[in-house]
Amino acid sequence: MSIEVNSREVEWLKDESVKDLLKRMKYSFPLVIVKINDKIISRSKYSETFIPDNSKVAVIHMISGG
Amino acid sequence: MNIKKSRFIKEKLRESSVGIAGLGGLGSNAAIALARAGIGKLVLVDFDRVEKSNLDRQYYFLNQVGKQKTLALQDNIKNINPKVRIDCYDEMLEKGSMEKRFRDVDVVIEALDEAVTKTTFIEEILQKLPDKPIIAASGVTGYGHSERISTKHLGNLHLCYDEHAPSSDDDVLFAPRVALIANWEANLALEILLGEDI
Repeated sequence: MSIEVNSREVEWLKDESVKDLLKRMKYSFPLVIVKINDKIISRSKYSETFIPDNSKVAVIHMISGG
Repeated sequence: MNIKKSRFIKEKLRESSVGIAGLGGLGSNAAIALARAGIGKLVLVDFDRVEKSNLDRQYYFLNQVGKQKTLALQDNIKNINPKVRIDCYDEMLEKGSMEKRFRDVDVVIEALDEAVTKTTFIEEILQKLPDKPIIAASGVTGYGHSERISTKHLGNLHLCYDEHAPSSDDDVLFAPRVALIANWEANLALEILLGEDI
């Protein structure tokens, strides 16, 4: 019962939303792209999207500059 | 020189197109690299004009200050490779229809400045054009630390990424690193268009 978040193995929690996971991981960046198993999760769905067991989660932080 | 490989690449690139959102340090340098490589078509989108302060890292010249970036870059590309077909859109990306100019290109390059705009653009492309490969960059500031840059492949999102570089709001931009990442983006575009080099 685990998931992978940015290549780190962490415990899978039942009924945990993306929003909860970001909080648990202490990812407080204002700007992130979240993908679960290669599917992008739109920002408006962070609270209602639950992390399935065994999933691979990528949290990407975009910073200014270009 | 591998003539067979060279011919294959030339032909493949000639029929390929890349759309670039933002023509600052990332976009202008990436466009030039792709033009030199022989890309068939570029779609260039930016609302800005060339400023003197851009010249420390962007592919423009002193006598282009005040000119629209789309047109200035088009001139510079044509001076290098007149065969590139170029569509210029001198306009701001509008939230809700950011994908508009990129529907028909083979690959999209995100070369925007602000973190919020970058994220919004990437999200819109991934959602509205789910089959479209998009290349984005984050972490271009400062100098040195080339080895910290890496490519992250997240489905159709290909990211040139340095998670340790500070935001440009708190740091400075220098030509070598900006151009390095711009060329990293262009290099990724070739890889997507041509398949992995062997």
